[in-house]
Amino acid sequence: MNAVVLAQLGNDFFQKRTGAGCVQSQGFCPSWIADHINEYWGPLGEHVFLTLVSLAIGFGIAFTLAILAHKRRWLTGPITAVTGALYTIPSVAAFFLLLPITGRGNLTAIVALTTYTLLILFRNITTGLRNVPVDAVDAARGMGLTDNQILRQVELPLALPEILAGVRIAFTTTVGLATLAFFAGGGGLGEQIYSEKAGTGGIFFKSNVVVAGGLAILLAAVGDLIILAGQRIALPWRRVGNA
Amino acid sequence: MNTTTRAFTALLAVLALAFAVAACGSSSSSGSDTTTGTSSTDTGAPTPAADTTMIKKDPANAGKTLTIGSKNFAEQFILGEIYSQALEAAGFTVKKQLDLGSEQIALKALKAGNVDAYPEYTGTALTSFYRVKTQDVPADPAQSFDLLKSDAAKDNITAMPQTPFQDTFVVTSTQATAKKYGNPTTISELAAKAGSKTTLSGFPECRQRTDCLLGLNSKYNWKPKFVSSQGKYADLEAKQAEFTMGFGTDGEQLLKKYVHYADDKKLFPPYYVSLLTRNDAVPKLGAGGQKVIQDVQKPLTEKVMAELNSRVSIDKKKPEDVAADYLKAAHFIK
Amino acid sequence: MSLPCPDVAGRHSGFVDAFDLIFHHRESISGGVCVGGPGEIGHLALLHLEVSLVAVVIAVLIAVPVGLWLGHIRKGEFLAVSVSNVGRAVPSLALLAFFVAFLGVGFTNVTLVLTLLAIPPILTNTYVGTRQVEAETVAAARGVGLTEAQIVGQVELPLALPTIFAGIRTSAVAVVATATIAPLANVQSLGTPILEPQTYGDAGQLAAAIVVALITLAVDAGLGMAQRAVTPRGLKVGTHAPERRRRFSLGTPAKTETT
Repeated sequence: MNAVVLAQLGNDFFQKRTGAGCVQSQGFCPSWIADHINEYWGPLGEHVFLTLVSLAIGFGIAFTLAILAHKRRWLTGPITAVTGALYTIPSVAAFFLLLPITGRGNLTAIVALTTYTLLILFRNITTGLRNVPVDAVDAARGMGLTDNQILRQVELPLALPEILAGVRIAFTTTVGLATLAFFAGGGGLGEQIYSEKAGTGGIFFKSNVVVAGGLAILLAAVGDLIILAGQRIALPWRRVGNA
Repeated sequence: MNTTTRAFTALLAVLALAFAVAACGSSSSSGSDTTTGTSSTDTGAPTPAADTTMIKKDPANAGKTLTIGSKNFAEQFILGEIYSQALEAAGFTVKKQLDLGSEQIALKALKAGNVDAYPEYTGTALTSFYRVKTQDVPADPAQSFDLLKSDAAKDNITAMPQTPFQDTFVVTSTQATAKKYGNPTTISELAAKAGSKTTLSGFPECRQRTDCLLGLNSKYNWKPKFVSSQGKYADLEAKQAEFTMGFGTDGEQLLKKYVHYADDKKLFPPYYVSLLTRNDAVPKLGAGGQKVIQDVQKPLTEKVMAELNSRVSIDKKKPEDVAADYLKAAHFIK
Repeated sequence: MSLPCPDVAGRHSGFVDAFDLIFHHRESISGGVCVGGPGEIGHLALLHLEVSLVAVVIAVLIAVPVGLWLGHIRKGEFLAVSVSNVGRAVPSLALLAFFVAFLGVGFTNVTLVLTLLAIPPILTNTYVGTRQVEAETVAAARGVGLTEAQIVGQVELPLALPTIFAGIRTSAVAVVATATIAPLANVQSLGTPILEPQTYGDAGQLAAAIVVALITLAVDAGLGMAQRAVTPRGLKVGTHAPERRRRFSLGTPAKTETT
């Protein structure tokens, strides 16, 4: 042992560890979790931010594309193919491909997450619009409504259940994928799960993995229920029937 | 270091050594002195005079901004924080980007100017950046560093003097496994006793690297069954493998429950840390800044680095706090 | 030490380098071993498909019967839809790491993680597809004297097949993408080049991403064709389909596509 170093640091610098005990043996430790739970709220907030921003932008793009494809049916095939192809790029690889262009940080993560929502949302919006009964549209046309009025007052409201179904799926999928934002330099629960920078032990510490992963699942569950509740309120005639 | 400081330090070293030797015979329940600023393997040896180690705020550094990066695992976070906090104490404004990812991404960030410097391992830099095959990396630490220095210079990167510690591969097992194979102390003995009927776990890439499994196969004639996993010590605990490829400064290496085996045939190349700095950031750093970097890494022996890593990996502390505690304990900052 | 493969360091870059890695073997970046080439990439692709296929098949064997049953008795929406949906949020890497402690590394662990990932879309779609079958149709079948099991097998299942297949397609795509993490649990796959940067380099990451994407497209297209093959003719174009779906008020069919 380097004597100069020892003199400089002091002998009590080296702590005695045995590797025993819940925390040191990387186990599941409720008391540690209780003490450190506050460290997870910040990352959780970032995670919510990443998810909602990606979902909002993705919805905006998918909605625009869906309306376009609704008016010009021939566009549906190509758009589905492109969004589908984007969906097949494995997420980790997508981050690596984007890094040189968008740099490290939340932007890369948001771009990647947004592209993954496009396929789900586009498909569900177009299917929802397409499944509006022809009679309803005919009736509205008979009443003298313009195409745009029909879209806004008849087709979209009737397509809403299908659209919201897509939003639910896109939301939970994005929550899961957003854990990978960490690898692109973004924030979110991924940093807690995979990295030791947060001082919570990284992926080898079971307590940490359970809490961070559990919060992601909880976020998905709460969001899912909120969208479901919103739908029940907005569309009361759609309550589950017996038929 | 100027000659006065050097002489002073040498004197202190001799004194400390003398007292240590003298204290050896008596009951050495060291660490009884816990008042701040007292180092004690002994009774009342003077602290290295705090004003020689304390980092002084240099007004010339005011207004200069440096961005320090690091890759994303515990040791890198700690090093990044140590350098950053030390430079801050010296008066620089320091931005941190301690999440660069793999070495290729880190190098790109360095060259692009997103970071001014980040700590890299000599072995990694030579094989990953400068196309030196692992079997061609010089085994001598000084030679490998010189090679890195000249290669990096062609890249407009300055490799700062390397750390005292290296973080290279180390074959590890539990005490129980060591006992099972007759307590070998070197990998050669281990290869002879355990042979191919045992298992070795390692990160996926180990399987195809000549400084890892392939080297164990050829140089030591040890061909264990390889288990590709990110678990390391968890694999030993879960009995996924009898041996694992750990790293020399892992916190777990300090735990008595793990045994490691000496690399007697010098298979593993040097992996000392050098702060790679872009050439156009070196003037900003200045001679003062460079001195701070070198001073602050001097106490980082393998045992010290392992202790710091333990605090993050085992005690679950934040790297920034661990770095601050180290700088305070070593009297670099208050 | 001379290897039977060339050292191509620095010769190509970007996509060209990636394609070169797929078609020609070369010396690894850190040296000492030959990597790449159609033999190895093909082998890794096969392993990748193997673990993905097993996971999807097991998921189908579990999720379809459960979904059919719940859809038939018209109960269990919460399990089949909400719980299932939330299952999509589970971070697979964390799940894999977590399971290592209990199951160890290896094919079983990886398959379990991928199967859990694959179940939600299949379960949801099976439930929704079955539930959507009109009550009159089921009543008529009952009236004709079919047993419950026969109703499920001969009436509901065929009508729900398109929706079920859509779910299988979504699952398959997710599983193939996620099987890239398999090497972390001692199963080689197309994730190997991604997880071994000093062996395969940037070219490896790109090449693996390209091959995985191609496989995903092929799997998706293949299942799409299978779906069209099993869709009863009368349902194919779907002009009457809207009527069917409107009458069924589930609230939120979390399905994906039916065309």
